Amino acid sequence: MILDGRAPIGPIETQWERHCRDLKLINPANRRKYKIIVVGTGLAGASAAATLGELGYNVETFCYQDSPRRAHSVAAQGGINAAKNYTGDGDSVYRLFHDTVKGGDFRSREANVYRLAALSNNIIDQCVAQGVPFARDYAGYLENRSFGGAQVSRTFFAKGQTGQQLLLGAYSAMLRQIRAGNVRHHSRAEMLDIVLLEGEAKGIITRDMVTGEIRTHAADAVCLCTGGYANVYYLSTNAMGCNVTAAYRAYKKGAYFANPCYTQIHPTCIPVSGDYQSKLTLMSESLRNDGRVWVPIKKGDNRPAGEIPVVERDYYLERKYPAFGNLAPRDISSRSAKEVCDEGRGVGPGGRGVYLDFADSVRRLGENSVRQKYGNLFEMYERITGENAYAQPMRIYPAPHYTMGGLWVDYNLQSNIPGLFVLGEANFSDHGANRLGASALMQGLADGYFIIPHTIANYLAVSGPGKADLDNPEFAKAREDVNTFIAKILAIQGRRTANDFHAALGKIMWEHVGMSRSEKSLKTALRLIPELREQFWEDLKVPGGNADLNQELEKAGRVADFLDFAELMTRDALSRDESCGGHFREEHQTVEGEAVRDDETSSHVSAWEFRGGHEIPEMHKEPLVFENIKPAVRSYK
Amino acid sequence: MKLILFIWRQQGADDPGKLVRYDTSEISAEMSFLEMLDVVNEGLVKDGKEPIAFDHDCREGICGTCSQVINGVPHGPQERTTVCQLHMRQFKDGDKIYIEPWRARAFPIVKDLIVDRSSLERVMQAGGYISVHTGCAPDANSILIRREDAETAMDAAECIGCGACVAACPNGSAMLFTAAKVTQFASLPQGQTEAKHRVCMMTEVMKHEGFGSCTNHYECQAVCPKGLKTSFIARLNREFLKALDSPEMPESFSGGFLNRGNPSR
Repeated sequence: MILDGRAPIGPIETQWERHCRDLKLINPANRRKYKIIVVGTGLAGASAAATLGELGYNVETFCYQDSPRRAHSVAAQGGINAAKNYTGDGDSVYRLFHDTVKGGDFRSREANVYRLAALSNNIIDQCVAQGVPFARDYAGYLENRSFGGAQVSRTFFAKGQTGQQLLLGAYSAMLRQIRAGNVRHHSRAEMLDIVLLEGEAKGIITRDMVTGEIRTHAADAVCLCTGGYANVYYLSTNAMGCNVTAAYRAYKKGAYFANPCYTQIHPTCIPVSGDYQSKLTLMSESLRNDGRVWVPIKKGDNRPAGEIPVVERDYYLERKYPAFGNLAPRDISSRSAKEVCDEGRGVGPGGRGVYLDFADSVRRLGENSVRQKYGNLFEMYERITGENAYAQPMRIYPAPHYTMGGLWVDYNLQSNIPGLFVLGEANFSDHGANRLGASALMQGLADGYFIIPHTIANYLAVSGPGKADLDNPEFAKAREDVNTFIAKILAIQGRRTANDFHAALGKIMWEHVGMSRSEKSLKTALRLIPELREQFWEDLKVPGGNADLNQELEKAGRVADFLDFAELMTRDALSRDESCGGHFREEHQTVEGEAVRDDETSSHVSAWEFRGGHEIPEMHKEPLVFENIKPAVRSYK
Repeated sequence: MKLILFIWRQQGADDPGKLVRYDTSEISAEMSFLEMLDVVNEGLVKDGKEPIAFDHDCREGICGTCSQVINGVPHGPQERTTVCQLHMRQFKDGDKIYIEPWRARAFPIVKDLIVDRSSLERVMQAGGYISVHTGCAPDANSILIRREDAETAMDAAECIGCGACVAACPNGSAMLFTAAKVTQFASLPQGQTEAKHRVCMMTEVMKHEGFGSCTNHYECQAVCPKGLKTSFIARLNREFLKALDSPEMPESFSGGFLNRGNPSR
């Protein structure tokens, strides 16, 4: 089937405005008759819940954390882009749009990206009004900095904690609506299934993570704002609890999963230090503004960094990409780091690391200046590694960080299931095959504050209120299915822990479906994943029962979904026979090792439909048409 | 290294709890504290025993989920460091480590090391926001903010809501938590309109939730992983005094809240 993203026709500059004019409205007095479920309370979920609550809808929110303020958006460090052009360096909505489409390696939907760029300015206004303490200059105006992959300074930031501050802004706005009675929130509640009535999304099943109770919730529409799936790699910069379960179970109910192979490996993370490692820590890539990336020219050069003279160092990003240098996009920087380490020139224990060196900046600006800009990051680095990065270079290595793929949505952010909307990282639409720095926060908030309030009304006005009834047997059936799934997990009583399986899966994915992929490696993964899954269902050990707080049970359910999802992701990577953005197929590269896209055959979104059990899913294509920005070879030289 | 752990185990809110001893070996100095507990838990699960329940999520010191009292100190021995960022190089071979949950009247225990901190959320709901509807904001640069004020607001806004301040305070006070939000908004022009209402409502709910009030022990400042200062509490008190006699002051306030100290005394 050919999928239609239903983007409006006509000039891109006015598409959204014209589209809003055509969307149906719901009168303020009628809005409280509509119930909307929002799952996940990060930037997308909290901003959506707050705005829908303000409008007068009856909103119910869910998160697995003990408070919405802890959603992993909180960890974004660097900043948020907007086309304000406050610095007068030639930025515009068009340029942000252009950079984002190019950064995504021409695999995103133009109309969505333009809208995102246009709304970026409203986000900054909104956040400032909420009291988000963005950095200011001495005259009191907002400060900007440049960020990976951009040649203008358009990034707004709040120290190294921009995600935290934006999330707290959205969280506060949501709390105001809880206080006002428009939003009802459930913490420590995990969504385990979605309920469809006559093909439309009308409710969810949750597990109360304290009592184990399985609950049914009916609504007129459901918004999934459940983040990404980078934890399929086990080690990633995501929080321990981040998972694919909500999205994957929606997929099993018929929602299409788009471009699951697009994953972003972030270049500036602290390298792995041992087998017990539970997660990887990101160092904001804003560090690349003042740090220089290098490795020794000689293989196996074990001298301390300070004893290697400049002429024996390879500043490989500056050498290969003189125009962008250390600010080259994430996929390019990550792959280059892997390359030099594969050549045996990596630094630190195990040789999986490259230097990020601040010596020149300290000399140029003084240690105090560097401390002022990055002090908290240097402290964090020291806490984790025990090393002082003012005196010796940091060691960094790429780590899975963000996932551009997600549930397929149309221009209204509605999946192919009517009534099921998907926001933020959980959807697929805006970043194509690679996301530029400081644009995830932008997308989460654009979706939640400024897009969903308009588009969901259009659906609700047509479908009408109060169609879902908890007495409908579909709810009882879905609850039964969830209970059966949990009972099945508890009954295995084998020998290996959920963590053990998760780590094993992560190893397969990192090795074979990681930074670079080949037909051979992907086929190997397609053999190994089902084997591991089989072992999981035979040899898993989960102690305790379902009737109280059971963290092993929570983990096991998520790992079960990752084991299924990993196969889908691998299949997608195999079918995408080109290199683009974060998806690098070894078969498709230039002699210099740059990615080679195939616009003839692969300029499309791959949206996968579940076919039951472990049948091969069916792929639907949404053709990508570029009317405003001509696809070109993405060059950062 | 080898360690002797004494960890608080408690099945549920109404069950009695106790410290249970666990002997560990093969702990590396490069591990984080929570990775050390992961190792203990993997062992327990493989032996068919229930693992130790503890709250954690981002493991990079920003989400505020992790919450353990280590050898009597919330978040453990390293300054300005959450439990998840604490690394085992802070300990030495043969150390005895006591691990307990946050203890405060307003934080009932859920299981083992996990507590219920929803009381903090209700304090925030009472006024921890600026009431601006989505879409009606003026251009961001039309509100000029002195850099010093923006920095004060940012310093206060760094609070991660972990609740260590409450756990450390002999009065179980959430004044540092509340003061952080009050200070953030009181420092900004956007926050002025609702300033009196905010401080009254937030302190009222704080009292209602069973938190004590500040009697200058400074324990909160000592354990705060984000380095929040008690000067914010002074700011809270000033904002509170400014609101006295204003129509925003709830009637339930007899004015004597600020120095009430420990509510259970």
